[in-house]
Amino acid sequence: MGLQLFCGAIRVTQPKYNIPIGDRLWRWLVISLPYWWLAIFFLAPFAIVFKISFADPIIAQPPFSNFFDFSPGADNWLLATLDNYRFITEDSLYWISYFKSLKIAAISTVLCLLLGYPMAYGIAKCRPGMRNILLMLVILPFWTSFLLRVYAWIVMLGKTGAINSLLMKIGLIEVPLEMLYTDGAVYLGIVYTYIPFMILPLYSVLEKMDTDLQDAAADLGAKRWQVFLNITLPLSMPGVIAGSMLVFIPAVGEFVIPALLGGIDSLMIGRTLYDEFFINRDWPLASAVATVLLFIIVIPVMLFQSSQKEEAE
Amino acid sequence: MRAASDKIMPVKPATDFAEAPWLDPKAVPFIQIKSLGKQFGDFTAVDNISLDIYQGELFTILGGSGCGKSTLLRMLAGFETPSAGQVIIDGVDITDLPAYDRPVNMMFQSYAVFPHMTVAQNVAYGLKKDRLPKAEIAARVKEMLALVQLEELAARKPKQLSGGQCQRVALARALIKRPKVLLLDEPLAALDKKLREQTQFELINLQYKLGTTFIVVTHDQEEAMTLSSRVAVMDAGRFVQIGTPLQVYEFPINRFVADFFGTINLFDAKVTGSTVIDKNTYAIEAALDKTGTLVEADCTHKLKEGDLISIGVRPEKLSISQKKPRGKNLTITSGVVEDLAYYGNRSIYRVRSHSGRIIQISAQNFQRTKELVLEWDDQVYLSWDSSCSVVLSE
Repeated sequence: MGLQLFCGAIRVTQPKYNIPIGDRLWRWLVISLPYWWLAIFFLAPFAIVFKISFADPIIAQPPFSNFFDFSPGADNWLLATLDNYRFITEDSLYWISYFKSLKIAAISTVLCLLLGYPMAYGIAKCRPGMRNILLMLVILPFWTSFLLRVYAWIVMLGKTGAINSLLMKIGLIEVPLEMLYTDGAVYLGIVYTYIPFMILPLYSVLEKMDTDLQDAAADLGAKRWQVFLNITLPLSMPGVIAGSMLVFIPAVGEFVIPALLGGIDSLMIGRTLYDEFFINRDWPLASAVATVLLFIIVIPVMLFQSSQKEEAE
Repeated sequence: MRAASDKIMPVKPATDFAEAPWLDPKAVPFIQIKSLGKQFGDFTAVDNISLDIYQGELFTILGGSGCGKSTLLRMLAGFETPSAGQVIIDGVDITDLPAYDRPVNMMFQSYAVFPHMTVAQNVAYGLKKDRLPKAEIAARVKEMLALVQLEELAARKPKQLSGGQCQRVALARALIKRPKVLLLDEPLAALDKKLREQTQFELINLQYKLGTTFIVVTHDQEEAMTLSSRVAVMDAGRFVQIGTPLQVYEFPINRFVADFFGTINLFDAKVTGSTVIDKNTYAIEAALDKTGTLVEADCTHKLKEGDLISIGVRPEKLSISQKKPRGKNLTITSGVVEDLAYYGNRSIYRVRSHSGRIIQISAQNFQRTKELVLEWDDQVYLSWDSSCSVVLSE
């Protein structure tokens, strides 16, 4: 989505020679602002990480070898090595982490969609005054610290936590349930945290939908579920896609939730990255892991977007 | 629902006004609306309406915004549940049937063409929901697209169509299930003037060919006039008058209808005399306000001396001249041309009469002249035949 937006901006900058130079400069400045933002806060850090991923780990400050060696007598001025990437492909730990991250992100996205769609639909069908209140409630959790909210779940899910004590008190269970530090807790945490990102784009699409279309389908013989499958769902696809991306992409790299709620075996890539950076202090390998992660996410997203664009045309 | 094999057969249209079924006491109504009502909280949108519509009619419901016409249509389509009353179509009570089970289809004002489907898919949608065999769907879609002249555009998406083309997709889609009744919500409102005139005739031809009963809802009296076999003028949830366009235009039953269905000049008047001509006709004499000009008119109900009434005259029934006209049965008044608009084929004059009232006249420009026959501030005489006076007591 972002990419398309910027492509649109590029078209605007096509020179129009009847515009005075001052205006053109001003226009260029305004339009290029997001590019500067991206260049400074995304491209430059990524370039640094990318560079480090080709270095060797050394015990020093900073803990990686130089990229260039211009000292006289060096037989090669470029000191890049692909060892880190080779290592990632050879050690199954990384592949398991990648796979597990993608799996958890994908399942969480589907869960968010299944929960978020009816909620968004419900909100969109409310009368306008009620809508704002409900939307407010969706956004409200963002007003407290994210970390605090995840910690709250530890209190809820723990062996002596609220849920277990309640269940034991009413005699439903004898032994406390094993809920914290499981994959289930990770799914719960991710779905709980990211569901607003699913609801909001879905709501904005559903709220704008012309109810005449649904009436027309019913008029032509479609039962309620058919109206949903034939009309409402296909026409809300832009919202489904936007919401899924907003949940899936950050969920893949999620670190805090699996670290706090997940078990020792819930090795998501964020956790692996953290371990490489801070426990092993192997910055070059960690950078390589991060770079691969970026390509794993970005390339499918770009392919998907271009196919969407073609379809739209 | 409907037999799969029935072909589109031209049914003898009831639009043959020689045998208007509503005048035939033995005729069985095709659609019976019985004391239908709809409440939204405290607001009564449709107030106890009863109506019979006959097979093959093109029936128009005319009213301003908020008069309840759209609610009535949505109740017929099954999108709103009536608070009271019954709807019977072809002998079957459909009051409690859901929209998808009714032998009724609707063309929406917004057309509601599905944007993610091609023209052909849009038209086929209703048949697919009926699970007809693929070959039959294809054949019927083709036939229908030919009928509305959209064959070449079958593979297009709605985005690539003009407004008029979208309208025909909506029409084809609503007709393909061969509904017993087609509901049309402001069918021509979104089209420009030229296209509207053309589409109007196409719609009438199509209805003639198919013999389907059409119910049109509109706020446009011209649309109602040209399309319909009969018109119901609606106000505040009730029908004020039902009749052929001619009946409603020439014999409006009250001031509201007279003013809503076309333009009319209304004069306050006081009855000065009344004589019985036959059972349903009374000849009355009345004095126009202030000027006291005496008017003679026919009236369908008895009025007594001193009753306050309105005398209505349509703008095209008035003659305008600088010489005082002479003739039998003429009502004559005079005034000053305050405004005029030249339309080529006709001119519209707004004349201020000596009582201070503005009177509108629409006159054909019979003569070919180098200059306007009448100018601003000209002293003129207005006259009309007394048979053109409409007596309105409500």
